[in-house]
Amino acid sequence: MEKKRSLTIGQKQKIAGWLFLIIATVMIFVFSFWPMVSALTTSFKTGSAANMKWCSPLTFNYTRMVKDKIFKTSLSNTFLYLIIQVPIMLIVAIFLAQLLNNRDLKFKGLFRTCVFLPCSISLVSYSLIFKSLFATQGLINSLLMKAHLISENINWLGTTGTARFVIILGLLWRWTGYNMVFYLAGLQNIEYSVYEAAKIDGANGWKTFWYVTVPLLRPVIIMTFIMSINGTLQLFDESVNLTNGGPAGTTITMSHHIYNNAFGTGVANFGYASAMSFVVFVMVAILALINLKVGDTRD
Amino acid sequence: MIQRRLIPSYIVLVIVSIFSVFPIYWMLTAATNNTADVARGKMFFGAEAMINFNKLLKGTNLWQSMGNSFKYALAQTVLCLLVCSLAGYGFELYHDKGKDLLFGILLLGMMIPGVATMIPLFRMMSSMKMLNTVWGFVLPAVSTPFMIMMFRQNSRNFPVDIMEAARIDGLSELGIFFRMFMPVMKATYAAAAVITFMNAWNSYLWPRVVMTDNKAQTMPILIANMANGYSVDYGMLMMGVLFSTFPTLIIFFVLQKQFAEGITGSVK
Repeated sequence: MEKKRSLTIGQKQKIAGWLFLIIATVMIFVFSFWPMVSALTTSFKTGSAANMKWCSPLTFNYTRMVKDKIFKTSLSNTFLYLIIQVPIMLIVAIFLAQLLNNRDLKFKGLFRTCVFLPCSISLVSYSLIFKSLFATQGLINSLLMKAHLISENINWLGTTGTARFVIILGLLWRWTGYNMVFYLAGLQNIEYSVYEAAKIDGANGWKTFWYVTVPLLRPVIIMTFIMSINGTLQLFDESVNLTNGGPAGTTITMSHHIYNNAFGTGVANFGYASAMSFVVFVMVAILALINLKVGDTRD
Repeated sequence: MIQRRLIPSYIVLVIVSIFSVFPIYWMLTAATNNTADVARGKMFFGAEAMINFNKLLKGTNLWQSMGNSFKYALAQTVLCLLVCSLAGYGFELYHDKGKDLLFGILLLGMMIPGVATMIPLFRMMSSMKMLNTVWGFVLPAVSTPFMIMMFRQNSRNFPVDIMEAARIDGLSELGIFFRMFMPVMKATYAAAAVITFMNAWNSYLWPRVVMTDNKAQTMPILIANMANGYSVDYGMLMMGVLFSTFPTLIIFFVLQKQFAEGITGSVK
């Protein structure tokens, strides 16, 4: 045959395989990995977008964070949401999945659809809905007034404690059903005979749940945990649209603070914003690695 | 019949269901009431839907933003599915040591938060004159480790015999992908399409960064801007939220199974 077709079928297939994944690979390198490197170098620079210079000392943007009160508030807010909201949400989600996984339960599909429904709403939309519900002149206050539980309207979003409560409530509303879907999928993979065996061994409902269901669900639990940490560290839409970081910046999240520094009115502090965003990246990475390690210790 | 021992389960599930549905129900009713009634705590449907709608049409560029949102979300869905399914197919069905290593590296991309890449990406788009364009919106979101992994995991069930048979029949490698792989993987494509469209439609941070011009804004940005004024018209605002929500609500009700599959992705 002609010399041109000197490639063997095997070689041809090998080349085809690489060609299939080249576009996706290049795009991830260009739009994720390279920007991450660029964020790191930018984090050592200062000045406006057009002409940025290296900081002196080089770590200026990082030491600045230590003195930044709003950054510290945003950090503690993130961890507050992480410590309170994530465990409640995951426990409720497992609990609901367990209830819904019962063979004898009627209207299963209806219940599942209802609990899952908040996932169809965008974060901006639900933030605005919750903002309206908890407005000083809003439904929640008027209901509480009618029930004579309060004598004057509560300024839910204008007080730090209650504003944080509304954000946590909103997050629970939006994400519990989402996590439940993962647990339901995981539970459906557990053979019914496993439960029957536990029953024969004399395990009651609670013991079965704790010693059979939870260990079998462990990979899914770890995954939802990582996703929730990841999501909480990057909270943005709620902070912007529900409380606008207020009152007085006390509910602001890290992403919101970073955004304000980079794209807020009148500032384009890319260097400092990049430094903070790199801190977020490091935290996401470390927490994800810890989680993976914890998941590996047994089995 | 309902079993007695399950009654506590039903009570819990009913309460949780009401909690889950109520804010959405309330959003629908508020869109039909005027702002005074909404503030007074009216919980039933009113007769002011048309008034709110007309106010929305006059006060905002509703149709333009709806059109933009549809355009960007569709573009992102088509491109993302094509690029990621090709890659998932390549990684799984042509896999060797080198590709497995590369796949592991790409997965690290899952750890990269959007807020960390937004500044470099903004400068990139700005220097390539892609601000306020569909390319600026979609390019960073076309290739995602999550989608590649989803297609890779799901193509494990793809019968390799078919590929051999197709090769003997003289089909090219790309031909096998389009003629054999795509039809067999319909269910995965549907799930991936639903989740990608929803994510694109609902995204907020990146569009806010890259769409600096009002003419290029999307629905989430439109409603967020509406809520920023000193006096908010709640009826009109909720009508806006309704417009921003109903496409995803419809997708949810029609394709709930695909949506759930898309979310859980590669968990099998």
